[in-house]
Amino acid sequence: MARRIGIDLVSVNAVRESISQHGDRYLKRFYTEDELDDCDTGDGLVLSRLAARFAAKEAFLKVLRPGDEAISWRSVGVVRHGPGSVSLELSGRTAELASEAGLHDLELSICHESDYASAVVIAEVDLRNAGDDPMMGP
Amino acid sequence: MTEEIRQIIADHGRLSVDATSLAPDTDLYLAGMTSHASVNVMLALEDHFDVEFPDSMLKRSVFESIAAIEAALGQLHADSPVS
Repeated sequence: MARRIGIDLVSVNAVRESISQHGDRYLKRFYTEDELDDCDTGDGLVLSRLAARFAAKEAFLKVLRPGDEAISWRSVGVVRHGPGSVSLELSGRTAELASEAGLHDLELSICHESDYASAVVIAEVDLRNAGDDPMMGP
Repeated sequence: MTEEIRQIIADHGRLSVDATSLAPDTDLYLAGMTSHASVNVMLALEDHFDVEFPDSMLKRSVFESIAAIEAALGQLHADSPVS
């Protein structure tokens, strides 16, 4: 058994600019409906929460190491279970790729301040399914 | 088209280098483009060239250089010729 870790940092201002420039196209293309609901307090979207979710998607991709496979951003979703508790929900081809790579027991942690948001993803890797991964070794 | 792509990268790519200095095959990620910035570049390309990148094209190699982006746009236009 081995582990992989991925980390990412996203500027909240960058998310603000994306929404300003591209509006709903940006939101609906890259975030799941559940993610948008979780980031909406009723007074509007909390941009630092959105940035944290984008960071989580990218952190997961660093764990998955998909090479040049096409990945839909919405196929990597952050699910909120309560204060301080989140997890990843994979769907479609991304879930298949994760399974093929032997990834399991994914853990996610996110945090955000006014300017930046960050995420860390850790996964266990089943070596029996990682034979083609040059990073894993024999 | 190359110069239009270069300008979009300059406006949206958040590069750490001057976009006017980019060669067609310069790796944009090595030039400082983050994954989030690549998303903005993609949306701006869609706006400017009136195309939509399908999920099957949402991969690193499509956005890694000006030449790669130009090739992808050429493919999109070929798949959806103007009637």
